[in-house]
Amino acid sequence: MTRYIGRRLLAFIPVLFIIVTLTFFLVRLAPGGPFAAEKAVSEEALRQIAAHYNLDAPLFKQYLDYLAGLLQGDMGPSLKRPSRSVAEWILIKLPVSVELGIYGLVVALCLGLPAGILAAWRPNTWRDYVPMSLAMTGICVPNFVLGPLLVLVFAVHLGWLPVALWETPSDKILPALTLGAIYAAYIARLTRASLLEVLSQDFIRTARAKGLGETRVVLRHGLRGALQPVVAFLGPATAGLLTGSFVVENIFGIPGLGTEFIKAALNRDYTMIMGTVLVFSVLIMTFNLAVDVVQAWLDPRLRHA
Amino acid sequence: MRSGGAVKTVFADAERGTSLWRDAARRLQKNRLAVAGLIVLACVVLCAFAGPWFSSYPYDEQDRENKFLGPSAAHWFGTDHLGRDLFVRVMQGGQISLEVALAATAVSLSIGVLFGAMAGFLGGRVDNAMMRVVDVLYTLPFTIFAIILVTYLGRSLVLVFVAIGAVEWLTMARIVRGQVMSLKEKEFIEAAVAMGLSRRRILLRHLIPNAIGPVIVYATLTIPRVMLLEAFLSYLGLGVQAPMSSWGTLIKEGTAAMEEYPWLLVFPSVALSVTLFSLNFLGDGLRDALDPRSSKE
Repeated sequence: MTRYIGRRLLAFIPVLFIIVTLTFFLVRLAPGGPFAAEKAVSEEALRQIAAHYNLDAPLFKQYLDYLAGLLQGDMGPSLKRPSRSVAEWILIKLPVSVELGIYGLVVALCLGLPAGILAAWRPNTWRDYVPMSLAMTGICVPNFVLGPLLVLVFAVHLGWLPVALWETPSDKILPALTLGAIYAAYIARLTRASLLEVLSQDFIRTARAKGLGETRVVLRHGLRGALQPVVAFLGPATAGLLTGSFVVENIFGIPGLGTEFIKAALNRDYTMIMGTVLVFSVLIMTFNLAVDVVQAWLDPRLRHA
Repeated sequence: MRSGGAVKTVFADAERGTSLWRDAARRLQKNRLAVAGLIVLACVVLCAFAGPWFSSYPYDEQDRENKFLGPSAAHWFGTDHLGRDLFVRVMQGGQISLEVALAATAVSLSIGVLFGAMAGFLGGRVDNAMMRVVDVLYTLPFTIFAIILVTYLGRSLVLVFVAIGAVEWLTMARIVRGQVMSLKEKEFIEAAVAMGLSRRRILLRHLIPNAIGPVIVYATLTIPRVMLLEAFLSYLGLGVQAPMSSWGTLIKEGTAAMEEYPWLLVFPSVALSVTLFSLNFLGDGLRDALDPRSSKE
């Protein structure tokens, strides 16, 4: 297992290298620049700024310098907000996004799993149709529609929850719901499908024949096998939660890394874009690895594959 | 001799083809949700493309006297912050959203089908290398790349298509590769090889057409995903630019004014959601109809 994890971690290096290279040249070869919009600045001053940030060197040299910096853990200063380095900005903003992501995941699991189990327990009755219709709604109503609608109903009309703040726990309910809803929907559908399949197998009939109660059969014997695809889905889901947080942070004015990434992309803050893309990539890859490890632990057959 | 053989294969193919499609059509007609999805979708497409012609307001006509009017007989969906008729803007926006979705799906379809078919057909080391590329690409954060592409390469519609299409082809490639790998062991391919057809011809005329069922199903399910991604980019202000609008941009504008003028948010949202619903139901229905074995998920 340790060897497997080590091998997977080693594979991070070439992938991250590809990501850094692709992003660097995509961002730099595009027209416009971080200081193009500042008209009040003279040519000479612009040249000095460029020289200060090493932007006047040949592009390939800059690329090598950037890689050398990265190897020493230096992501450079933020071009647009030079008061802090990129690393410092990320350390300030990332915890907010991670907190939001965790709430989203909690919402997804706490709504999705019970809904899926309920539906598979009594298939083709109203206890199946109601949660599954809700799940279809969750898939077809995108988060940037759901978020504003929730605000409209619960904050503006009913006045139960605040509109856009990120301080007290009650501020966090609507963003968490908005972010988690679609994953709750997918998890509900996956859970239903795989639980139905497991419940039709022979060992479940044996468990029933032994005289076990229905609750025990479904939750202890059925669910354990049925969780496999759900766990597998958590990898892509976490990646989705991260990118979903771009929109949710935007709607609710949450000061997280997603907002920062969009701002950096619009302002052509080169170093900040590189830094945020790197962090997001590492997070996504780590979650995918974690999911594979958990899967191998749940199902011993996969360990030797 | 050779032409006689070709005629026979064509006939055999045609017979199997029609019965497969007829079967699928029958199964699809029995699926009420899928039929409803198809009908709703047809209405949406009709409205989006023909609707603006029949409207008495052009989509970009501003009327400062009549800003923020509520829904009424004159303006069914009300008017926006520049006094533009929202009904015609929703129809116009639907046109853009549908076009982007179709074009991006077409791009992803062509890349995915060609890449997957080549990998499956060539097999061996080439296949290994090609699928390794797909594996690596899978781990890249694609939404992030789509955002970067769209911000940097300008904001023209064409680039939005290409960027989104370039993101969405990986799963398609995997599906087609699997299909081609199992098909190429079948007798009719052996016959084609024995008849001395070129590899290119076998690939394009015999393998790809026979793998078309799962491709159609997956394409139908790609369209809503692409629409969502386009709306997502537009919502972040990275997609379609004024005075053109897609449903994403309309929803963004609606969000800004939703506290006083909720209809500006509600109508485009409903349009987008209804379309996504019908596409998903139709896609699920097609999957059940064309490939009954895979309907479990």
